[in-house]
Amino acid sequence: MKHTPLIDRHRAHGAKLVDFAGWEMPIQYASVVDEYHRVRTKAGLFDVSHMGRIAVSGPGSLAFLQRMTTNDVRKLAVGQAHYSMVCNERGGIKDDIFVYRTAESDYLLCVNASNREKILQWITEHQRAAGDACGIEDRTSDLAQLAVQGPASRDILLAVGADNVAGLKLHHSCESRPAGIPCFVARTGYSGELGYEINVPADKAADLWTQLLKKGEDAGLKPAGLGARDLLRLEMGYLLYGNDIGEDTTPLEAGADWTVAFQKGDFIGRQALQEQAQAGPARRLVAFELLEKAVPRHGFRILDPSSSRPIGEVASGNLSPLLQKGIGLGYVLSSFAPPGTALAIEIRGKILPAAVVKPPFYKRKA
Amino acid sequence: MIPADLRYHHEHEWARVHGGQATVGISHFAQDALGDIVFIDLPKVGTVVNAGQQIGEVESTKTTSTIYTPVGGTISKVNTDLKDHPEVVNSDPYGKGWMVVIDLTDGGDVDKLMTAAQYEAFLSTQKH
Repeated sequence: MKHTPLIDRHRAHGAKLVDFAGWEMPIQYASVVDEYHRVRTKAGLFDVSHMGRIAVSGPGSLAFLQRMTTNDVRKLAVGQAHYSMVCNERGGIKDDIFVYRTAESDYLLCVNASNREKILQWITEHQRAAGDACGIEDRTSDLAQLAVQGPASRDILLAVGADNVAGLKLHHSCESRPAGIPCFVARTGYSGELGYEINVPADKAADLWTQLLKKGEDAGLKPAGLGARDLLRLEMGYLLYGNDIGEDTTPLEAGADWTVAFQKGDFIGRQALQEQAQAGPARRLVAFELLEKAVPRHGFRILDPSSSRPIGEVASGNLSPLLQKGIGLGYVLSSFAPPGTALAIEIRGKILPAAVVKPPFYKRKA
Repeated sequence: MIPADLRYHHEHEWARVHGGQATVGISHFAQDALGDIVFIDLPKVGTVVNAGQQIGEVESTKTTSTIYTPVGGTISKVNTDLKDHPEVVNSDPYGKGWMVVIDLTDGGDVDKLMTAAQYEAFLSTQKH
């Protein structure tokens, strides 16, 4: 199994380690629910070094990324980032990614751990075929990635001397020196809270981890695992590759229409997506909540409550620690997608009432 | 973590026998494997159950697990505190985390369960 540079720290903290896309990662340190609440009220420290980081640079990088991704890369100023999709020719999602513009002609892609090799291969093949004047470099092993997420995260970064992150806007990034270590810091995350993701040289990652926990102690910073991360993202309605989206679902079906910039020119999957946009997708991903206390899980059937006819399937589900209700994301026939629509979820033979809601389930206090 | 005075079922439930009744819960091993427990679905008082039958579900942040009753009889009490505080099963699986009390139909059910020593040996064969 692959290990991040922080594996010894995780073991020292007594983390429960699991295989996540071939990486041995902490799912929890002590309690998933406690770690979840800590991020919502104070701050949590996540090791997300398993995420693939791929640098694309050179004069042809803009044209290349315009073709490889669905969002409009021209809109990114230097130091800005956006969420985007890499699609196949059918408009199916090969990966959901973050694109950071780090310099005039330099970009950093953050891709899912489970898709790193697939995406590397996909973009390398296309770059070679088209002869785009850009280089592709996998930075995953030389850069660790720590995420500090929660309302206290800004104060914690200031406490380790990363002064220039103070004014960083959402989805913006800068070079900074937390704990004196040269890093690339972005105000991004997967929790719905104020938060930062720090790309740090792998050999300095353990040092930064320790310094953050030490200087962040008064603000309540503690390590948080992938279990808490999954609850946090689900309450925001953020998509999880493999559960909510994949090669056979499109950004339009997944409700990520806003990541598809048809007007920017050609990109892989454009034609298929345009056809789907014109016809309207037959199914859509919706957020729903259960009206009785129970926990929906991946693969459970969604029914039309009036006829008990199957109309879809749960993609992700859990009990929201905040709402104390079963919440989830699932694909349903498009006629059942408007918020307020009554659904039923089949849970081990029982039919439980549910309703479509507009995500997110959780809104951060301003 | 394996109290000597209880008897154990291979699905990781325990039974504490007192008179013609047994209190039932899940073991420390089970709660640890499940992780943070967030919801527990338990049967109604008066339900008649057979040993080995499914009587409810434990939902954790990770997964769902079925609760099997290690003994047969009639459910005479349900731990209603678990409705609002299911996490008690994590912190005190053999005490406040008890789930149901069953009026035993057949005291012989208990004799078929593992002793603490047998359960300990059984656990050592389980992959954790």
